Amino acid sequence: MTTTLQTPAPTEPVVTATRRRRPRTSPLTTVNPATRLLVLLVMSLFAVYFLVPVWWLVVSATKGQGELFSGNGFWFGGHFALVDNVQTLFRAQGGIYSRWLLNSLMYAVGGGIVSTLLASMCGYALAKFSFPGREAVFGTVLAAVLLPAPVLAIPLYLVFSYTGTVNTFWAVFIPSIVSPFGVYLSRIYAASSVPDQLIEAGRLDGAGEFRIFTIGVRLMAPAMVTIFLFQFVAIWTNFLLPSLMLADTSLQPVTVGLVSWRELQGYPISYTTVVTGALVSVIPVVAMFLSLQSFWSKGLATGAVK
Amino acid sequence: MSHVTIRRRGRARELRRAAPFVLPFLVLFVVVYLIPAGYSVVQSFFAVKRSGLGLGGAETVFAGLDNYTRVFHDGEFLGSLGRVAFIGLIQVPVMLGIALILALLIDSSVSAGRKFFRVAYFLPYGLPGVIAALVWSFLYAPTLSPVTRLFASMGIHVSFVTDGALPFSIANILTWAWTGYNTILIYSALQAIPEETMEAAALDGCSGWKAALLIKVPLIRPALLLTLVFSIIGTAQLYNEPVTMKAVAPNLPSTYTPIMAALRSLSSNDFNYAAAQSVVLGAVICVLSVLVFRASARSVES
Repeated sequence: MTTTLQTPAPTEPVVTATRRRRPRTSPLTTVNPATRLLVLLVMSLFAVYFLVPVWWLVVSATKGQGELFSGNGFWFGGHFALVDNVQTLFRAQGGIYSRWLLNSLMYAVGGGIVSTLLASMCGYALAKFSFPGREAVFGTVLAAVLLPAPVLAIPLYLVFSYTGTVNTFWAVFIPSIVSPFGVYLSRIYAASSVPDQLIEAGRLDGAGEFRIFTIGVRLMAPAMVTIFLFQFVAIWTNFLLPSLMLADTSLQPVTVGLVSWRELQGYPISYTTVVTGALVSVIPVVAMFLSLQSFWSKGLATGAVK
Repeated sequence: MSHVTIRRRGRARELRRAAPFVLPFLVLFVVVYLIPAGYSVVQSFFAVKRSGLGLGGAETVFAGLDNYTRVFHDGEFLGSLGRVAFIGLIQVPVMLGIALILALLIDSSVSAGRKFFRVAYFLPYGLPGVIAALVWSFLYAPTLSPVTRLFASMGIHVSFVTDGALPFSIANILTWAWTGYNTILIYSALQAIPEETMEAAALDGCSGWKAALLIKVPLIRPALLLTLVFSIIGTAQLYNEPVTMKAVAPNLPSTYTPIMAALRSLSSNDFNYAAAQSVVLGAVICVLSVLVFRASARSVES
């Protein structure tokens, strides 16, 4: 499904941390070894299903030109050509690939940071100030969570082409910095994690509202990491919007570039180069997941709990 | 000063306080969501009329519901809706069924190596939609696929890109890419079930599969509902996979899904019609989401 399916699940925070890990073997149940083996077998089968395409991608990126479609597709070829392939990848068409990677990074990191900041400010205010129109704003934002980005891509294109901003950096960047899901998550998180006393104490001390926010926002860190991560992945994997908005190849992100290479059907950009490019393009996403893993698994966990 | 004035002053003060926090997001939200949505609705009621032989220039005129009448008589667009509904009907239950079973197995006391399985199942989510589709397009390619070759060496000839096979091939990419994500969501909900609940059930003689189906599954209904709604929305907006598949399946029509159909109208400069198609698709998705939420609310009440 489009990555953008990934309007992540709206969440309720776990205010009372009642979650407990069940012990691996409950004293009350005894499991016979046959069942245990069957379970392991089923789980392993699915693990193979999920891992095989990834394995194929990794193995294929190490094969020499022309080896890709001969011999065993799921094992290494005659010689290990990963380094050559990467060099070819970054030299192809005057080094356009590194340009695409850089574009993706600018859209995803920049968009992720700005959207997280805007969403947490808005969510904080929705949680902590009872201003008129608060529920109307929140309701509208919430409805937008259910409106999938691809359906909005064509309307966005119509508006941006009307204003003449199509085929510019901003055509992709501006839609990337608005995260209704982020507002939803930060409102709920701020309501439960930023105490009212903190705000009142700050006001008594004569601190400005923004100064108080900079203190309160630290308590919202787990929610902010989750918003950033979801937004980063959503922007990095976005394909429809940038392919619609950007005709200029030097502005395109890596997803759009790779699909255009794939459509060349092997010439002049070889399939090996496309496969290597696909593998390299995944590395930043994996790195982001790994580096924020502990925060993120908590955030995602809050996502499904009710 | 009356109580009401004080309250009103208090609310005005709150508004002044909130404004600098809310406005930056709100302005952009209006620009990115409300204006495009409103603009599309307005555009969908207009049409471009060309006078004479098209030499006299074109003018935009009010067309009433003409574009919508056209949408509901457009065989290609209706066909794309049907195709997506078919893919959704086979794919969403299979995916969520697998996700539920895997989540229950990881959660159960029987499974060893749950950390490994969690990572293995979640790995496809790290491969962006288009990249996953790209990888599968190689695995499906009739002459190049290592899978086809493997089968051929056993004397079995398969093709993943015939007209009949395409919906299933696309459904497989979706299942591969999203099952792990749903598994993790459901697993997180399972982890939140208090230990005492399961212990009490075990004391009453309810454990193993019986406990899983009778106690755990009803308790995580909200999480299951969310995965269902988002899967339905996800299928309705299908785009990346079929577009990438076109490289190996030239027989795939360029109006295969509703979004592809709307994009084709766009590329043939039929802007008003593209707007109408987008509005219809958006409305279909909203109605579906509301129906699913309603149905589930009713089943919880009863």
